Amino acid sequence: MTQAMNSNSTVRWFWFASPQTFFPLAGSIARWCAVGAVLLALAGLYVGLVVAPTDAQQGEVYRIIFIHVPAAWMSMFIYLVMAGWAAIGLAFNTRLSFMMAQALAPTGALFTFIALWTGSLWGRPTWGTYWVWDARLTSELILLFLYLGFMALHAAIDDPRRADRASALLAIVGAVNVPIIYYSVLWWNTLHQGASVSLTRAPSMAATMLTGMLLMALAFWAYSIAAVLVRVRCIIRERE
Amino acid sequence: MSHGFFLWGAYSVTFVALALEVIFLFRRSRRAGPPRQIK
Repeated sequence: MTQAMNSNSTVRWFWFASPQTFFPLAGSIARWCAVGAVLLALAGLYVGLVVAPTDAQQGEVYRIIFIHVPAAWMSMFIYLVMAGWAAIGLAFNTRLSFMMAQALAPTGALFTFIALWTGSLWGRPTWGTYWVWDARLTSELILLFLYLGFMALHAAIDDPRRADRASALLAIVGAVNVPIIYYSVLWWNTLHQGASVSLTRAPSMAATMLTGMLLMALAFWAYSIAAVLVRVRCIIRERE
Repeated sequence: MSHGFFLWGAYSVTFVALALEVIFLFRRSRRAGPPRQIK
């Protein structure tokens, strides 16, 4: 680890850009994040399903929020991180950046599917329908297609380096969809409600509900880091 | 349908999906073989 620091104690990031040095580091981080994900999920589920009070209007079904909102956050955030790694890969031609983008896509697609699935099951008792073609739902569905397109394009090209570059371009172009998803409820009239939590104003929900949601969000974060790092270790072993 | 159907439909599919990803990752990791000297 000390080799990664220079005399000014700043991290030499390019040292970690080598799969050889990143491989053991990823293993250690993945183990800690996996343990953290389990503990945080248990705490989040306890707060969300046991401690948080029943909603006055929606009854018990509102408890879907504890997985729906964190999954939706992760679906958008993972895409931005994936596009970021893809851009770094194209800019610096680093193998590990493309591998990280490749490793992020399945987990991002999974969280997008979970957000759509749980949203659909929440929509039926509250809106009266499983699906409506409003801006938020449609743009989130497009996000799922972008993830699937990224994985399909990468798998369709035999040469890994060409596959990396082609899918990286798709990831970067598709990133324009993320702000569209986020701001869709402001830009258009949608059936979907506005943001439940904002950094610029006080939360519009009870403290225990917010605590449960944030615990589940942290659990999904830790899970995503662990899953992606385990997958990138597989990719390194398969490709290097 | 009761709210319980939608609630448990959401939670069960979510955690089954996450568990499946973990299982597939372990299988892929086993297939990739033990760590060796990476170039």
